Formats: sequence, structure tokens, C-alpha cells
Amino acid sequence: MEIIELSEDNFKERISSDKKILIDFYAVWCGPCKMMASVLDSIKEEIKDCEIYKVNVDECPNLAREYGVMSIPNLILFQNGKVVKNEMGFKTAEELKEFVEV
Amino acid sequence: MYDTVIIGSGIAGMTSAIYLLRANKKVLILEKKSYGGQIIDSLEVENYPGFSNISGFDLATSIYNQVKSLGGEFKYEEVISITEDKKVITRKNQYKSKSIILATGVVPRKLNLDLEDKLIGKGISYCATCDGGFYKNQEVAVVGGGNTALEDALYLSNLCKRVYLIHRRDQFRGEDSISKLLTERENIEIIYHSTICKINGKDTLSSIDILNNQNKKREIPVKGLFIAIGRVPNNHYCSNLIQLDQDGYILSEDCETNVEGIFVAGDTRVKKVRQLVTASSDGAIAASKVLEYLNKREY
Repeated sequence: MEIIELSEDNFKERISSDKKILIDFYAVWCGPCKMMASVLDSIKEEIKDCEIYKVNVDECPNLAREYGVMSIPNLILFQNGKVVKNEMGFKTAEELKEFVEV
Repeated sequence: MYDTVIIGSGIAGMTSAIYLLRANKKVLILEKKSYGGQIIDSLEVENYPGFSNISGFDLATSIYNQVKSLGGEFKYEEVISITEDKKVITRKNQYKSKSIILATGVVPRKLNLDLEDKLIGKGISYCATCDGGFYKNQEVAVVGGGNTALEDALYLSNLCKRVYLIHRRDQFRGEDSISKLLTERENIEIIYHSTICKINGKDTLSSIDILNNQNKKREIPVKGLFIAIGRVPNNHYCSNLIQLDQDGYILSEDCETNVEGIFVAGDTRVKKVRQLVTASSDGAIAASKVLEYLNKREY
């Protein structure tokens, strides 16, 4: 299944879950973001306890501002609506698996 | 046992891999971050023969796919040292090989100021085309005097309210045609004879202090600082074995290092022109040197 894209309208509702939610902030013009997306795609089956979504920073500038996203790719892990972890830059599959473990 | 371990998967490393794989050699490519090297941050490449205009990401990905389809093996691990008997040691593993190609490229040079690392992605950036979009209608600064700095300032002036271009000399090293364009932009303020002496901010960048050649200090409030003061090699992992110049670039003769069986390709070696095609060229030369070496040793 493809990773679902969130909008400014449904973002807050999705991250308020008590499950771990990983958000991939990206833009279509960002090369490393495309690489990040393919890594996320390759590991999404392995990290079942975490839901993964993406947010396009050009379409959701308010979300980018609210969460201080000023460099992409940027990954934020949420739980119960709160930021648990935030890291920027490309990550390998292994680094990603470590990142979502809390 | 590998025939060759290639350290770095930029254009140089991946070109070496293509040549060696086509010669039926067993090749491992080690990469610390993502394949493609510096070029993946370029939005448009217009000087690679065969493509009038292609994004750096698309170019790197098509070379990557070519290496994969030839049977190239990629592992994402950081190399911490290499030995004279061609062992490559990463944070997790050790790989035995008959030869090594060093293709680790260069990284952006830092100002080496307090808070610089802490505020990366929170106001500090080394790539205007990557991060500029987050500073729309804001005040930003660019530091540097080469083509990258000039192009960054121009690019940012299209997005930002105001761009300060800070340069330590009284003229730019970059092309005249670009510096002329800069002076015509109303929202660019060029500050000559000045260096950045302090970065200020708590969670995000709030201002920079600059010092001019009259020892006069000035604080400039900016949300973004784009650092474009050149690039540096990152060859600490092999400096015990491989001869470097005073700036840390690898000394070589036709891509051969001072150690037999260890070769070098791309931006990380001492050379004059650092372009995509010269990186490819190095990759081919290093690969042919490897083949010669393997034949001679009758591996």
C-alpha cells in the first residue's frame, strides 16, 4: 500500500492517535526526499507498530512552520499528538528502524 | 573476498563500479548516506553530455540503476579505516578485498562557530536550493565569495525579503556576469571586508554578528544563514596510510595513491577541475588501474 499523504485539514486528527505516527515532510523538488521515500516504502511492512504518512511542505506551509521544518527530508515521530522525536536529513533503512523505536 | 571495495557512491564511485562490473569483477560499494553524492542537491544539471537538462537526482538515480542492473552490491555503512592489506573497516563490519577505490568526495566547509552544528536545519543551511523555500519573505544572509555563494544569493533574492551577502574580500571570485546581476537586485545588500564572528539564537537562528576590516561589529537579524565558503575533503579515515596534501585532498598520479592496490577517484583527490564529467573520468581511470593491478597480481 502506498504511503498516504496528509493535508492541513486531517493532520491533527491523524497524529492524535495513541499509536506511533511517523510523518515524512517532503517536497517534490527535493532529491534526497525521493530517496527517503523509497527507503520508507521498503521498510513500512517491517515497522507494523508505527503508521507512516507524508506531508508536502509546499502544500502545507502552516504545518511546516508550526513544527519548525526548515530543512527536508524531515522526519517527526508523534504519539498522542505530541512530538516524540525529530530528525532531518536522509536516513538509511537501519537508521529509520532505530528512529521509530521508542 | 571482493575484487574491489569502492568507498563512496557519487558519480566517481558509481562509474568505477560500472567499468569493474562489466569486467566481471566482484564489487562492493560502501556509502555513508545516500547514493549520488553532491549532485543530488542540484535542481538542474546542464553540463552533462547527453542531457540538455536533467535534475541531479534523476541523473544519479539512472546511474545507480545501471550499477544495480550490472549486479553492483551497495551497503550503507560508514568506513572508519582501511588497512594496507586492503581490509575495509566500517562501524559494523570488516570487508576483505583485493583492491580499494577511494571516492569519498567533499563536504561543505563549516565556519566552525558555536551553535553552527546545533542550528543546522534551524536557520543554518549549506544548500540554498534545498532549504531556501523555507525562508520565503524573510531576511537571510549568504556567506562566501565564489560562484556558489553568488548563485545562492541570486536564488534567494527571488524568494526572500532581503538577502545580505557577506564576503571577506572586496571582490568576488565568482563569475563577473553573476556579480553584475547581484548588484542590480534591490533586495541584496553586499557587505564586503567582513566575516561572521558569532551566531545567535536559541532554538532557531535569530541573528549573526559580523566584523569588518576596521574591527567594527554589526549585528544583523536573520532567520537563515546560507554557508557557501567552499568544500573540504573528509579523509581522516585513511590519513594514516594515504598521502594527503595540506588541505586533506588525496595525492595521486593518474588515480594511483601511494599504496599499491589503493586508488582514488573524484573530487577527493588533488586536481584542478571538479565537475561531473571529470568525476566520471576518474572513475574510469581508477577502474582500469584496478584491472591492471588485479591482472598483475594474477588474482
